[in-house]
Amino acid sequence: MKCISVSALFLSCSLCCQLLVPLILSLCLSLSPSERRQGQHAALAIAAVVIIVGVPLWWRTTETYRAWLPVTQINELAKLQLQLSVDVEVVFARGTLTPEQQKKVPLTQTQDEEHMVDGEDLLMVVEVYIGQRRTAMLRIGAQMRVGRTLKQLLAHLEPRIQQVLQVMSFSHSDITAALSDRVRPSPGNKESLADSMRAFKSSPGYEITFSLLNPDPKSHRLHWDIESAVQNYIQPLLTKLAPVANFSIDSQILYYAMLGVNPRYDSSLSAYTLSADSLAHVINPVEARLGSNAASSNPVLNFLLYVPDAHHSPLYIHDHKKQKVHSNAFHSPRWGGIMVYNVNDFYGPDPVFPMDINISMAKVMGVFLAQLRLLLGVQSSATPPGFVVASCGSAGLADWELDRLMWSRTVENVATATTTITSLAQLLDQIGNIVINDNIAQQVSSTVTSLQLAVAELEAGNLGFALQYSKEAILASERAFFDPSLLHLLYFPDDQKFAIYIPLFLPMCVPILLSLLKMLSEARQRRKEKQAKRD
Amino acid sequence: RVTRKRSVDKAGQFFGSGHTNNWAVTCTSQFWFNYRHVANTLSVYRSVKRLGIPDSHIVLMLADDMACNHRNPKPATVFSHKNMELNVYGDDVEVDYRGYEVTVENFLRVLTGRLPPSTPRSKRLLSDDRSNILIYLTGHGGNGFLKFQDSEEISNVELADAFEQMWQKRRYNELLFIIDTCQGASMYERFYSPNLMALASSQVGEDSLSHQPDLAIGVHLMDRYTFYLLEFLEDIHPASTTNMNDLFKVCPKSQCVSTPGHRTDLFLRDPGSVLITDFFGSVRKVEITMETINLTSPVEQVEDKPVDGDLQRETHSYVDQLPVSEIIHQKPKQKDWHPPDGFILGLWTLILLVFFKTYGVKHLKHIF
Repeated sequence: MKCISVSALFLSCSLCCQLLVPLILSLCLSLSPSERRQGQHAALAIAAVVIIVGVPLWWRTTETYRAWLPVTQINELAKLQLQLSVDVEVVFARGTLTPEQQKKVPLTQTQDEEHMVDGEDLLMVVEVYIGQRRTAMLRIGAQMRVGRTLKQLLAHLEPRIQQVLQVMSFSHSDITAALSDRVRPSPGNKESLADSMRAFKSSPGYEITFSLLNPDPKSHRLHWDIESAVQNYIQPLLTKLAPVANFSIDSQILYYAMLGVNPRYDSSLSAYTLSADSLAHVINPVEARLGSNAASSNPVLNFLLYVPDAHHSPLYIHDHKKQKVHSNAFHSPRWGGIMVYNVNDFYGPDPVFPMDINISMAKVMGVFLAQLRLLLGVQSSATPPGFVVASCGSAGLADWELDRLMWSRTVENVATATTTITSLAQLLDQIGNIVINDNIAQQVSSTVTSLQLAVAELEAGNLGFALQYSKEAILASERAFFDPSLLHLLYFPDDQKFAIYIPLFLPMCVPILLSLLKMLSEARQRRKEKQAKRD
Repeated sequence: RVTRKRSVDKAGQFFGSGHTNNWAVTCTSQFWFNYRHVANTLSVYRSVKRLGIPDSHIVLMLADDMACNHRNPKPATVFSHKNMELNVYGDDVEVDYRGYEVTVENFLRVLTGRLPPSTPRSKRLLSDDRSNILIYLTGHGGNGFLKFQDSEEISNVELADAFEQMWQKRRYNELLFIIDTCQGASMYERFYSPNLMALASSQVGEDSLSHQPDLAIGVHLMDRYTFYLLEFLEDIHPASTTNMNDLFKVCPKSQCVSTPGHRTDLFLRDPGSVLITDFFGSVRKVEITMETINLTSPVEQVEDKPVDGDLQRETHSYVDQLPVSEIIHQKPKQKDWHPPDGFILGLWTLILLVFFKTYGVKHLKHIF
């Protein structure tokens, strides 16, 4: 607005005194020719100043500053053609191949896979064993043992290896789930939909909160050694997941926090039960009382340990088939998990309240760790029949599971960052009034660079670098998209724009136009007179 | 075979609606005579809290000058019914944006997420692509705009653009937009993003009317559409299965005098299959944890070992106190010289002109 007023002021000042004079002179009939010519020169000079100096000045001072964005590169990235490559080493155990066959095995064999392989109905026999690190052992079917040709052997192995790779690295459904922003998953694949809804979206950091709920402090004095439990059980997993995201952990104890649901007494078990349908209503009343870290906007994972009060002990959770749940815990997608810990076993023959109870953290952390794996998207859907997976060990995460997570996170990050800058570019294109500052342009450029590097690393198969570049791309794209200066408040409907400019420019332009028209008509008259004279 | 069947059952729970959390954003206008707008918003806020959405997931924008207004005969209360049955202000109202913070700019910033980094969590809309959002706006409106705080306007084009930006960044799964103003239907005419459902209390050219005045308080307490909407919501509890088609029937013309309208063409699911609690409540999806991890290593006791005293002891240091004595006896800062203001110049010009007018120009040489 200031710019408009400055330029308008200049334009109107440039003619205020001078305009009236030649206008009056030119309108006066009793002017000498030299005075009239002076008037005409003045009008021409003013018109020239207005057009040559005034109009560009007005244009420059009222345009919005828009830094240059690499739109062509963004559009190229938007096509999102990713090439994911996995290096596989196949080691043949001694005795499976004859020496001649060994020599003829092709050293490398690339397989371009674009479609999902339909799962075959294999027999329920253990044929593949997937280990903790990145190895798997395949058992060749019985019919292949006796000398077959190399071709047949390889043909037999290929689909099996593909299947193993799909479990250990990524499959078509995993990638589709990671791209669920852009690609709505096909309705047939309900499992992957459930998986994609359960796990948190990729984020640079997560907050994990462990809460102990003690509704009955008069009866139970609970002691839980959360610090060392976190250090010993949870921290190894989080350290292993460090390339994927940052984690911050805190814990709290809530007293007099009740569940929102009344458990029912089941006389057959002589215990209280929570049915599966009532579990959905447990979380909300508790959530209102949970504290959270107000400093960051990272997603929060809540893990609650509920110790039922003495009157409602023991408390068991029943699943949909009214069976007792072994873990006595449940989780909510994208929120966290709740475990019920019964302490009535600790009551001696003559309980004296309040009782001191030490909670066995190994059992509790076992459940929380399993829920954490599910919520972070580490656990995948059921493995194909015939596969046996080794347990994940003390870190709670096998190497190949980490790889799997990194693949899907990288693809998700790349897709999200691409969508973000594409939509940002489209938005800025559509709305011409938004100011694009230099820092936004710089963020967008760095996003584009990081994305190109991430895509290149994915092609080469360097997972670690690809993930790092994709994280940088996401951070920069979010910063650019959510920059507070990009607010579209400069929306003026066209009629308002006219209403602003007409009172400023119309009174000024009318005299100029009139004087120019007058000069033109006089010139035409003179030409007519000259022609008449000649004739 | 067994594993596959179980996973289908599990997935069946999810397939009802694709959302995992709920958010609500509410808004209103200021001044004592707009009491009913605040009462509207607070009543909707209350219902939404009752049905389960926690305060951390509600962004309440309220001018908040009713309860403690000098004209309020019952201070610290806001009533929604003329028999003063329900004090909707209560003890646990958590207003996130109050007073002068309720502006069009802040509202659009909350929706699009373009807030300065210093904004706390409670003032942000931290929704993701699986969130169902309910937006309730009330106040004075016209054909294509809504008044904010009686001094600003938000137009339907801006609102539609804001929703489109939310969609681009996948900040919602489904969005329900309810507006209770005059000519409210004009506000949802320009929407063009998918998964939006909109309800308005009146069509273009019609006015939304208020419900009943209260003679003790002296103002109208509530608007008709919201009054009947709340009557409808009172029958909803967290486990109810009422769907959106019933919500569309709320407040027919006979009760509301204006014709409520709704828009569902941008919504992908059939409104008959959408539960009220999908938007107004917060019913969590829950899964039983089937697997656990066997952790056998014993927990190491953290002993209080006096290890090299320096490492264990955290060095606390305090920030230097403000040098109070220096501040008290500080000399005033030298201000930069500015040329005299226009007013001073004009005044001196006037004085000089008057002087020369009266005494003539020949006195000029005495000055210079």
